[in-house]
Amino acid sequence: MLQTIQKHRFLLEELVKRDFDRKYKGALLGAAWSVMNPLLTLLIMRVVFGYFFGGAIEHYTIYLFCGTVVFSFFSESASEGLMALVGNAHIFTRVNVPKYLFLLAKNAQTFINFLLTLLVFFLFCALDGVAFSWRFLLLLYPVGMLLLFNLGMGFILSALYVFFRDVQYLWGVVTQLLLYLSAVFYSVDSFPARVQSLFLINPLYLFIRYFRTIVLDGTIPSALFHLLMAFDALAVLALGIWIYKKFDTEFLYYV
Amino acid sequence: MTALKLENVSVRYKVGDFRNIGLKETVIRKLRGTYRVTEFWADRDVSFTLERGDMLGIIGVNGAGKSTLLKAIAGIMAPSRGTIERRGSVAALLELASGFDPDLSIRQNAYLRGAMLGYTRIFMDERYDEIIDFAGLRDFEELSFKQLSTGMQSRLAFSIACLVQPDILILDEVLSVGDGAFAAKSAAKMREILESGATTILVSHSLDQIRELCNKVLWLHQGRQIDFGGTAPVCDRYQAFLNGEITL
Repeated sequence: MLQTIQKHRFLLEELVKRDFDRKYKGALLGAAWSVMNPLLTLLIMRVVFGYFFGGAIEHYTIYLFCGTVVFSFFSESASEGLMALVGNAHIFTRVNVPKYLFLLAKNAQTFINFLLTLLVFFLFCALDGVAFSWRFLLLLYPVGMLLLFNLGMGFILSALYVFFRDVQYLWGVVTQLLLYLSAVFYSVDSFPARVQSLFLINPLYLFIRYFRTIVLDGTIPSALFHLLMAFDALAVLALGIWIYKKFDTEFLYYV
Repeated sequence: MTALKLENVSVRYKVGDFRNIGLKETVIRKLRGTYRVTEFWADRDVSFTLERGDMLGIIGVNGAGKSTLLKAIAGIMAPSRGTIERRGSVAALLELASGFDPDLSIRQNAYLRGAMLGYTRIFMDERYDEIIDFAGLRDFEELSFKQLSTGMQSRLAFSIACLVQPDILILDEVLSVGDGAFAAKSAAKMREILESGATTILVSHSLDQIRELCNKVLWLHQGRQIDFGGTAPVCDRYQAFLNGEITL
């Protein structure tokens, strides 16, 4: 597969560029929006929810930022990924290229946005007096897993969108629901222990909690926690790849 | 040396009004029993072999399965049955006059198209000026793509596509485009490509063109292979069929 990507590298690069240009075309601040957007979300949430939860949670801005940086990477990758096949139908019905290239291009673009936001995140950590330690290097793990998870979701959603065009609207609702279920702006501590463990079913909550454990608690999540994340990410990715393989020759009829 | 070998290739095609309907509509139709997908064989048991340098013309009336066969050979569609063996690189110039992105610049569109056709960045950097000059777009380079006329777009499409150097070339009626001067220029360029020694497959409705260019001809009718062989005998039979002198 890496060889195939190498062979199509030029196309992949051009696709990334195209997606980027299309997205920020006509925007006054251009690519700066990719960083501004999550910051504005953060600001709004800080103002709205800070009033309710800010008092009880230490470093609430960073607490919130851990949630939004992860969540916006996910939701952007998923909603962009959804368009990967339908938006490139004019290409794959004309030339023979591996269809996963389109999704890789979308994810490359959202990953760059994420890294830029992450830089701002660390800047905020420094400003807020969070103690940096070697443990921060472990954040590479949730970032890597989230990348795989996003790819998997992209495979699944883009394939579904080819067959059912209302998936776009359904997904918007699901995203909204996930935002409320992922403890982005509140803490799970106030729930009974049984309910708290239910949160572990939600992969996004795991990624967010990993960030908070390293950055705010200064501890390392358990080995089991790591395994659970890997399981979620790889299961979703495997399902996505399976769908792409199974329907590879079918997409053509539906676009 | 064999360049391309098709053995009993059949391609199934799906049609129906299942496109662009949502999950809701699909479920409703399935419950009502009105969800229909019709499958038919666009191509059935097509077999032929091409040697390197061969020029194959595919003929047949509309609905013969010519375009579907080209897509299968290009690898865009997979044969439902049978095998396709290809030796070397394949370039298919199918429906390329359209499919550009109106929101991107001319340059970006050119590069994206080049990337689609399997060119490298270095190749595009080297040949970009040549492409623009050949398409006659030098004075319009600053325009955004959507400001180009349809004629300009297809000229650009041709100018990029004509740089392909594959082992197997697949053409779907793209022999010349544009008006007067460009038509002549592009026809000459096309001849150059056809004489470059690549194994070529050409679909054309012009029997004269097929007779002039091809050394082998495949005749398809409603997905079935009626004849395959030397140009003159197959074309003569086809002409007789078109004149109503023979029936299938």
